[in-house]
Amino acid sequence: MKVLVPVKRVPDTAGEKKIDPNDRTVDRESVESVLCPVNEFAIEEAVRLKEQHGAEVTVLLVGPESAQPIVRKALSYGLDAGLQVTDDGIAGSDALGTARVIAKALEAEEFDLVLFGNQSTDARTCLVPAAVAELLDLPSLTYARHLEVDGDTVTVHREHEEGWDVVQSSLPAIVSVVEAINEPRYPSFKGIMAAKSKPLAVKSLADLGVSPEDVGSGAAAATMYEFADRPPKEAGTIVEDDGSGTAAAQLADWMAEKKFV
Amino acid sequence: MAEMLVLIDHTEGAPRKIALQMLSAAKTLAEGSGDTVAAVWLGGGASDAAATLGAHGATKLYHWDSEDAAAYVTLPQVEALQAAFEASGADTLLFPSSNHTKDVAARLAIRLDAGVITDCTGIEAGEGGRWIATKEVFGGDMITTSKVADGKPQFLGVAANAFPVEDTGGGAPEIVALDVSLSEGATASKVVSVEKQASADRPDIGEAAIVVAGGRGLGEESGFQLMEQLADVVGAGVGASRAATDAGWYPHRYQIGQTGRTISPTLYVGSGISGAIQHRAGMQTSQQIVAINKDPEAPIFQIADFGIVGDLYQVVPKLVEELEARKG
Ligand SMILES: Cc1cc2nc3c(=O)[nH]c(=O)nc-3n(C[C@H](O)[C@H](O)[C@H](O)COP(=O)(O)OP(=O)(O)OC[C@H]3O[C@@H](n4cnc5c(N)ncnc54)[C@H](O)[C@@H]3O)c2cc1C
Ligand SMILES: Nc1ncnc2c1ncn2[C@@H]1O[C@H](COP(=O)(O)O)[C@@H](O)[C@H]1O
Repeated sequence: MKVLVPVKRVPDTAGEKKIDPNDRTVDRESVESVLCPVNEFAIEEAVRLKEQHGAEVTVLLVGPESAQPIVRKALSYGLDAGLQVTDDGIAGSDALGTARVIAKALEAEEFDLVLFGNQSTDARTCLVPAAVAELLDLPSLTYARHLEVDGDTVTVHREHEEGWDVVQSSLPAIVSVVEAINEPRYPSFKGIMAAKSKPLAVKSLADLGVSPEDVGSGAAAATMYEFADRPPKEAGTIVEDDGSGTAAAQLADWMAEKKFV
Repeated sequence: MAEMLVLIDHTEGAPRKIALQMLSAAKTLAEGSGDTVAAVWLGGGASDAAATLGAHGATKLYHWDSEDAAAYVTLPQVEALQAAFEASGADTLLFPSSNHTKDVAARLAIRLDAGVITDCTGIEAGEGGRWIATKEVFGGDMITTSKVADGKPQFLGVAANAFPVEDTGGGAPEIVALDVSLSEGATASKVVSVEKQASADRPDIGEAAIVVAGGRGLGEESGFQLMEQLADVVGAGVGASRAATDAGWYPHRYQIGQTGRTISPTLYVGSGISGAIQHRAGMQTSQQIVAINKDPEAPIFQIADFGIVGDLYQVVPKLVEELEARKG
């Protein structure tokens, strides 16, 4: 079985983020970039499919050349090959534009399963997996908190607000995972060393047959055009509890005054 | 004059609060632009809800009364919503920016070559019939405005609790049954069963006006009983930090934060939560924030409107008593 895992490079959440005023994209130079943490859960699930079904796993990253260490990082978990789509024309794509590039890249591969993260920690749109599924005319079994592959059938527990739906379809299928699905292992030293020599293909838009008019900032269906820092919050009331219960009474008064009781 | 479509999220036959918030917002926008508001209800139960939808601004109700809406994954909803677009000639869709509905929007956007903006907290009329949507990024650290490119249908995912519910006093909407013939692919992935785990008496944290959250500071799973006790005095939903969900003390679907749910209640009360940046990313847009933590240096106090430095096992039981006394 063949599995593809699309991964994204994102700014480290703990670092300070800036938007570049020139092109209104995340200023990658100002912060440390990491493999999107949500993708680690998809990678772990792929590693389990390797162990259980002998799956062959390729990571796919759409992004600039400088994101290559992120592909290697993903490979260090024990995956087999990398594929990076790099092209100046991709810059400024919105979620649907990115989905178009991913879909074209997938179309050129053979696969049974694609394992996305349910969201990226920077954009957090959650749109990419379902949009890719639509472009490829495949089922989108998203928000998986549990995944099972049995022969030609994939079963997913799709998390929602009240619990989950058990859903099923035949392969090939598009799946996105939530972090409840597993506990990712750390890459082993052997994995880190091996990742350096794993095959890594780089493709351009032309290689994929994507017309530059269909992607990038010019083609973005949704564009952000203004941004501002959130206004700072006024300091609140902080009281210390001395064990007498007065602090709780003060809070209850405050809540009553604001009509929360 | 055009119709604005509002996709109604419903459970147990009743529209969710977010649906009424979206209708109220759509009504205001439509008044300004000379449009009308049409609700779209997929699945059974629309006629019972019609009066409520009308009272919040819908003058038309597109309805697809089919069990298929919930029997298969996403695509039947996409195709029914597509039928509503074709029937109405609409250019704008408001949909709840919740997980499964974003999938419906994403797939339909590909079909109709629409633009999608998720998690909108504000919508205003811009030039040329374009809506200007406000959304918060980087966990609420930044506020941005976005719009959909000219000539493309505009899909706006509305964040919960971003708009007030307003009773517009409207009468029952005209009900239009949608004519939907599903494609073969639409029934390719089926829903085998639905596991409902949530307490029926407690509101979902996404739409609750008050959310009570517990973290690692609870020390053990049973600490959530105390959280639930506090929640039930004020009719709140219960959420958790990742440290608490990772420990298995509370289910992942209640996790608040960057990789969990984003909530915007009018009041958030966090106990035993330090306020790590990934947690704040899911709750810092709450209108009022209360923190109970024994460490005066905990970062959560920096964004708290009211904070108590103390042991939550001392403070929360007393708070429950005090609140019960005020309820009378
Ligand atoms: C990629 C990634 C994604 C993440 N996503 C999320 C997310 O979605 N949501 C999330 O919450 N976190 C997330 N985290 C984790 C986050 O970084 C923190 O580790 C987590 O929020 C800490 O949870 P906590 O505040 O409950 O625990 P801690 O940080 O350990 O804080 C516990 C607090 O309880 C206080 N305390 C202890 N005992 C008591 C007592 N008896 N009375 C009162 N106070 C007490 C302590 O002073 C302390 O401040 C993510 C991390 C990463 C790397
Ligand atoms: N540039 C990209 N390259 C590869 N995969 C991506 C990219 N952007 C998003 N994804 C995938 O889509 C998922 C959802 O991201 P998003 O829709 O941005 O919230 C991520 O977890 C990734 O698996």
